[in-house]
Amino acid sequence: MGRYVVRRLLQMIPVFIGTTFLIYYMVYQLGGDPISAMFGDKGADPVFVRQMREEFHLNDPLIVQYWYYITDLLHGDFGTSFNGRPVADELKRAFPVSIRLAMIAFAIEVVVGVGLGLLSGLRRGKFVDTLVLAGTLVVISIPVFVLGTVAQFWLGSEWGIFEATATVGDATWSQLLLPGIVLGSLSLAFVARLTRTSVAENMRADYVRTATAKGLPRRRVVTRHLLRNSLIPVVTFLGADLGALMAGAIVTEGIFNVDGVGRLIYLAVTKHESSTVVGAVAALVMIYLVMNLIVDLLYAVLDPRIRYA
Amino acid sequence: MTTIDTKNKPEGSGPAAAAPLLEVDNLHVEFRTRDGVAKAINGVSYDVSAGETLAVLGESGSGKSVTAQTIMGILDMPPGHITGGEIRFHGKDMLKMSKEERRKIRGQKISMIFQDALSALNPVYSVGFQLAEMFTVHRGMSKKDAKLKSIELMDQVRIPAAKDRVNDYPHQFSGGMRQRIMIAMALALDPELIIADEPTTALDVTVQAQVMDLLAELQRERNMGLILITHDLGVVADVADKIAVMYAGRIVEQAPVRELYRQPTHPYTKGLLESIPRLDHKGRELYAIKGLPPNLMRIPSGCAFNPRCPYAQDVCRSEIPPLHEISVGRGSACHFWETVMEGEVRG
Repeated sequence: MGRYVVRRLLQMIPVFIGTTFLIYYMVYQLGGDPISAMFGDKGADPVFVRQMREEFHLNDPLIVQYWYYITDLLHGDFGTSFNGRPVADELKRAFPVSIRLAMIAFAIEVVVGVGLGLLSGLRRGKFVDTLVLAGTLVVISIPVFVLGTVAQFWLGSEWGIFEATATVGDATWSQLLLPGIVLGSLSLAFVARLTRTSVAENMRADYVRTATAKGLPRRRVVTRHLLRNSLIPVVTFLGADLGALMAGAIVTEGIFNVDGVGRLIYLAVTKHESSTVVGAVAALVMIYLVMNLIVDLLYAVLDPRIRYA
Repeated sequence: MTTIDTKNKPEGSGPAAAAPLLEVDNLHVEFRTRDGVAKAINGVSYDVSAGETLAVLGESGSGKSVTAQTIMGILDMPPGHITGGEIRFHGKDMLKMSKEERRKIRGQKISMIFQDALSALNPVYSVGFQLAEMFTVHRGMSKKDAKLKSIELMDQVRIPAAKDRVNDYPHQFSGGMRQRIMIAMALALDPELIIADEPTTALDVTVQAQVMDLLAELQRERNMGLILITHDLGVVADVADKIAVMYAGRIVEQAPVRELYRQPTHPYTKGLLESIPRLDHKGRELYAIKGLPPNLMRIPSGCAFNPRCPYAQDVCRSEIPPLHEISVGRGSACHFWETVMEGEVRG
């Protein structure tokens, strides 16, 4: 097990370099001169521009620029954006907000998703099952920006059940509740369906029949024997999804005015802030990689048949 | 019905104690599916007493496993429906009991051994956990005591180095050892009756005999009733006291084991005996019952076996033969049982 972890950690290095380089390259290819972009229509002093370009190594070849970047990054320096603010500060501000948002979405996804999935899996073909299937299908079909705006208008503004927008700077938990629900709803639908299928399939498994034949109470048969086995594929999905919840919240964050990572990346891309974009994406890649590792290790814990050599 | 069994009866077992432990009485079960109704069990009756082994013999689809599942109360309902009959345990009809009453019988009074131990054991829990569960749930034992009991059980079913293996998972055991764990689990709470559904079918031939001997020995020691479901005539001969042969959801022949082997009274049983390969018939073509088992949604009218039967007459196609009583504990559901009985067993 220990050797497996070490090997997986080592594997993360090329993946990390590869992804950051790709992002770096893509931002570079976006074109446009970031220095002139800072001055807008006024036009800039050519001498100053030359000086800035020199300072930010913008005249060097791409690979050299990337080298400067990655060595700084390994020293914990995410670089500075062109307006002089350290990228690390921007990340420090945006990530906690996104992490909080993702946690809310994740909690809803796990509790409601697994709950609904179990319920409909146990009562396959009954009314509850049909209701869950239809409901999740609706959620899956509706684009997030429609769901988000509708939820914001009715639940937030009209009925005032939730707070409709978040404050820029530091969003509170209660402000993040509605965006969290919207963000988690799509994954929730997937989790519910995945759990349902898994539960319905395992219900007919021989070992569940054995558990019943042992005279165990129904509750124990369902939670200890049926659910435990049924959750193995669900956990895999959940792990990968936690990364996606953090990165993929651009639309949701936009609707609810949440000042998180999605918004940071969006703004940075429009402003050609390459160091911010790459920095934020690099951090997301790290989160993805670590989540994946945790999922794989969890897999071995959940299913003893999987042995890591 | 009188029991034929005389093996190792405990002292003082008078006529009162000879009352059957379990009586299945005219049981009817059907499966209602989209394609139609499959009549899986059509009036099955048998009984088992303490210390007695009843072998239920039949092809797949004959209803032998469905009967067992109905006794255990683990039949999938729906699609299964019990449409008639009684299953009496100590004289009390279990089909009329509450769910909770039945649960308390399962595992404690009646337990079951399944065919394929690999799929019947939960892959994500250690065998120790799955054994200990019996004691913690039913007996309220502490986890530590339950584990000690589990090791003891594993010793009893002769699993080598039980202490070291108690935390191993089912996939880490060999087929024979896994089946021993199933047996240990069934024995855990000293049940009065064990139902073994093809307990040796999934095993290597060499291991089959060991597991069967172990099961028979433990049953004798503890004076339990045993219902042994099998399609293997070879397994039955050594351990069973009496045999019930099933065909298309009915018992077609019932007899003490020796009498059935010596002189079958139903053409189906006769066919089964004749299709056993025999050394002294080496070189001859092996006999096989012609045709296929019936589709349970369209069971032939009259005797269900009539399309495959060499003795079939017109009456067999119109009238369902009742189980004729031939002697005490012996019956045949054939219109021409006397003719069949007189004929020699070819093979």
